[in-house]
Amino acid sequence: MRTRKRIIQTAFALAFGGILIIPTHGWSMDAEDAPESVTIDSLANLYTGVEFNHAMHVEYASCQECHHHTTGGAVVNPNCARCHRNSGEADEVTCTGCHATNRFSETYIRALEAPELYHIDKPGLKGAYHLNCVSCHETTSGPTGCLDCHTMTESGEKMFNTGSHSPAKGQQSGH
Amino acid sequence: MKKTVSRRNLLKGGLAGTAAIAVMKNNETQAAQTFEGYPEGMGVLVDLTRCVGCRSCEAACNKEQGLPEPAKPFDDYSVFDEIKHGQKRRTDETAYTIVNKYDIPELDHPLFRKVQCNHCQEPACLTSCFVNAYTKTPEGAVIYNSKVCVGCRTCMIACPFYIPTFKYSSAFNPRIMKCIFCYDTRLKDGKPPACVEACPQEALTFGRRNDLINMGRQRIRETPGKYVEHIYGETEVGGTAWMYLSSVSFDKVGFDTHVPKEPILNSVKEFLAIVPMVLTIWPGLFAGFHLLATRKEKIKEQEEKEEQV
Repeated sequence: MRTRKRIIQTAFALAFGGILIIPTHGWSMDAEDAPESVTIDSLANLYTGVEFNHAMHVEYASCQECHHHTTGGAVVNPNCARCHRNSGEADEVTCTGCHATNRFSETYIRALEAPELYHIDKPGLKGAYHLNCVSCHETTSGPTGCLDCHTMTESGEKMFNTGSHSPAKGQQSGH
Repeated sequence: MKKTVSRRNLLKGGLAGTAAIAVMKNNETQAAQTFEGYPEGMGVLVDLTRCVGCRSCEAACNKEQGLPEPAKPFDDYSVFDEIKHGQKRRTDETAYTIVNKYDIPELDHPLFRKVQCNHCQEPACLTSCFVNAYTKTPEGAVIYNSKVCVGCRTCMIACPFYIPTFKYSSAFNPRIMKCIFCYDTRLKDGKPPACVEACPQEALTFGRRNDLINMGRQRIRETPGKYVEHIYGETEVGGTAWMYLSSVSFDKVGFDTHVPKEPILNSVKEFLAIVPMVLTIWPGLFAGFHLLATRKEKIKEQEEKEEQV
């Protein structure tokens, strides 16, 4: 009888103890959970893709500075905190998970008409990458020129009339 | 007693009638003034705080519109220092869009401003054109038909933003060169213009004009201190499809902040409304006056003739 009581007590202690250990604002990811490096090339056309050294950038910025509220850390931006203060870790933490590649397509623009939608102005994938990277690089003296991160492709040189597609020297534009 | 219409009363009546028609005409113009563009019209919101001056939009436009090869590569940034006739670069027959750089004393970095046709809700070029070469499409673009253009260049004078340019290299086959919102190749199929697609910074946001105004207001509201509290183009010249957000007052980045809030057309609408009235009513009215005034003389002449006979 005594042993049985003890077993029940232990079971309760274990159960409640477990609850007490759980953090109040949900699980959050750590930098160790992140990949070492990410290849960003889904939009590569005029420029080659970028090999993004994630491990190195973790030393410069906190997770939420790039991943907003999705990694479960404390939300910095007061606008985000209005809804995401306690929303915890999201199912999707990648850039492509939220930022669309078809940002200006008819279907995407139509979907913005939903009256309950708050995120009416979420940048597309290309915008999200560059707005995030370039603005931080400007303040931390990181590379900001196009060719500092990218290598231009043949079709890029054609588009920009540069490299092997440079205009003939001495030519002047008409009035 | 036989009631005769005196000359004075007849004139009074005529004037009253003319005035009544003039008032009716005015009511018509009042109704026309309420046109606020097509509700489903598209537009672009240009955010100067995002633009880094990479000139990708210029390159994309050049290829999409099949414009001539540029004098300098599109990744040559010395063009920002070019000054022609005391002015920064502007659109011409070889470029429908250009980006200019502005050094702002209170900022530690320059600002860049993209220039192209703003695709007015009520375009002055369109209303000034007497052969109807311009069309404002329901999608929001102001397009141009070179087949009917006679090369008078009134649109170039009418445009408050100095956008339409003349192809001087083909003066006998007149052609105005200006941004058409990529209407033929993209917009009419629901696609964004080439410049928007090329922009890496999403400094150009394509969408329904009404939605863009909401986005602009949201950006201003949620990032206090980042923007001046105005969307250039929301009300300027009656509203434009292309609109701008800036972190400094718009006159510092080359915008004309003195353009009227009303469409340019409104400055001449009342006068223009009277023209058809003058042309149709006055000849008849005054011919009538003349006939009445000379009637007695004619009768007298007739009588004299009859007496002679």
